[in-house]
Amino acid sequence: MLVQFYNVSKIYPNGVKALDDISLKIDRGEFLFLMGPSGAGKSTLVKMLFREELPTRGQIFLASRSIVRMKRGDVPRLRRNIGIVFQDFKLLENKTVYENIAFAMEVVGTSSREIKERVMEVINMVGLKGKENSFPGELSGGEQQRVGIARALANRPLLLIADEPTGNLDIDTSHEIMELLFDINRIGTTVIMATHARELVKPAGKRVLMLDKGRIVADNPPGELVL
Amino acid sequence: MRPGSIIYFLREAFKSLSRNRLLSIATISTVAISILILGFAVLLTINAGALMQDLESDVEIVAFLDKKLTKSQITDIKQDLTAVSGVKSVKFVSREQALAKMQEKYGGNEYNLKETLGKNPLPHSYEIKADDPHNVPQIAGQVSKIDGIYKVNYGQGVVERLFKVTRWVRIVSIVFIVLLVFAAVFLIATTIRLAIFARRKEIYLMKLIGSTDWFIRWPFFIEGVFMGAVGGLIAILILAAGYSSLIGHMDTMFFIPLVTSPKILRNIYIGLLVCGATLGVLGTWVSLNRFLDV
Repeated sequence: MLVQFYNVSKIYPNGVKALDDISLKIDRGEFLFLMGPSGAGKSTLVKMLFREELPTRGQIFLASRSIVRMKRGDVPRLRRNIGIVFQDFKLLENKTVYENIAFAMEVVGTSSREIKERVMEVINMVGLKGKENSFPGELSGGEQQRVGIARALANRPLLLIADEPTGNLDIDTSHEIMELLFDINRIGTTVIMATHARELVKPAGKRVLMLDKGRIVADNPPGELVL
Repeated sequence: MRPGSIIYFLREAFKSLSRNRLLSIATISTVAISILILGFAVLLTINAGALMQDLESDVEIVAFLDKKLTKSQITDIKQDLTAVSGVKSVKFVSREQALAKMQEKYGGNEYNLKETLGKNPLPHSYEIKADDPHNVPQIAGQVSKIDGIYKVNYGQGVVERLFKVTRWVRIVSIVFIVLLVFAAVFLIATTIRLAIFARRKEIYLMKLIGSTDWFIRWPFFIEGVFMGAVGGLIAILILAAGYSSLIGHMDTMFFIPLVTSPKILRNIYIGLLVCGATLGVLGTWVSLNRFLDV
């Protein structure tokens, strides 16, 4: 078991109840869609996995370690096991594709020899060979998100979290990004993807967790989704 | 820390310095102005302190002796005086010397005091200096009890007021400098916050990728030390040039003794440089922590 949520609730200081008694298990190697309307609690749930938010009640485990009881000093190690892909890519505009990916490895103290090898590897993996010296501003939205995914993969995470990764992309590009995420899942990385886009979820035939008003309203196993 | 990391930190720090050139210059200028003001205040305080010490050390006790004492009695009194605790030196002034001094002070060349007065009215006396001028009133009290001394004079009243003034000058200047340091930290922290704010996305990203806080801090600290030291150095150069030309002019214009000891000045300048670098780090620390809380 990679991820376990036990009776997790989150109430923000302003009184908003974002999650209400969520219990959930995700296996290693799974691909999980997290669906639901805006404000359903998708982002809150995702942020708890890399401890940007802490639950008000309940317990969360990643690879059998409690995220909630974890000391502040142990948080970096937790996050190194998680790759995050953002809706708005969050690329550094003044760095090239290569440097953006290398950055993720530099900041966790990887040796420069290892960085050189791995960066080219992930650039090939996401299909950006030849673009390593481009700046994000020179790339299309889909290409930028590929850089974002490559960066998330650079440190060989156990878990890839994608929060609305296609939210800023057109439908064709979105399908290409989905294919890339499926490929990554196929070679063993667990993927959790929060999204609105039914048209991407439906043909995928993956497990889908539906959230509404902070509660799980459906947990459909792979291939059984009826939308 | 791995050697590879140190190189990385240095590279990042100087990349950031040149990338945010305008903000770097703004920060260096802020430090320079702060240190300049601070240095000015320190020099003022040191000089005021020296002046106060000068005034205080002028305070001495004059013990007038009874007129009908034998030579050996006078010598005995000297021993008694030296034995009083807190006494630094005791100097005998004969009636003739006292008159000559008075002649020099009041008579000049126009009047001959001895002729005017008919005879020398002055007694023999001892001039007593204290280890600590603040103990003068107390020592004077003890001295007056010694047999053979008929009067003790140390500028009663005036001395107490002088000490009050010097005490307040010292307190006010220390408070002033402490306030200046606070103002400088605040000012520099505000400028540095601008620079860090421009990079908040990068810091957030580093945190989510799994950087430790220290890994993020080091380049910023190196930047802070560098900007603080450069700002401090600029301020010191201006200050040193200004002060040395002031020393040159003061000699001919006023009678205020300026502190010119190269050792003291060098220590002040080194202190200010360290102060600049510290302000840079402190400002970075204050500004950065908020952005690390992800």
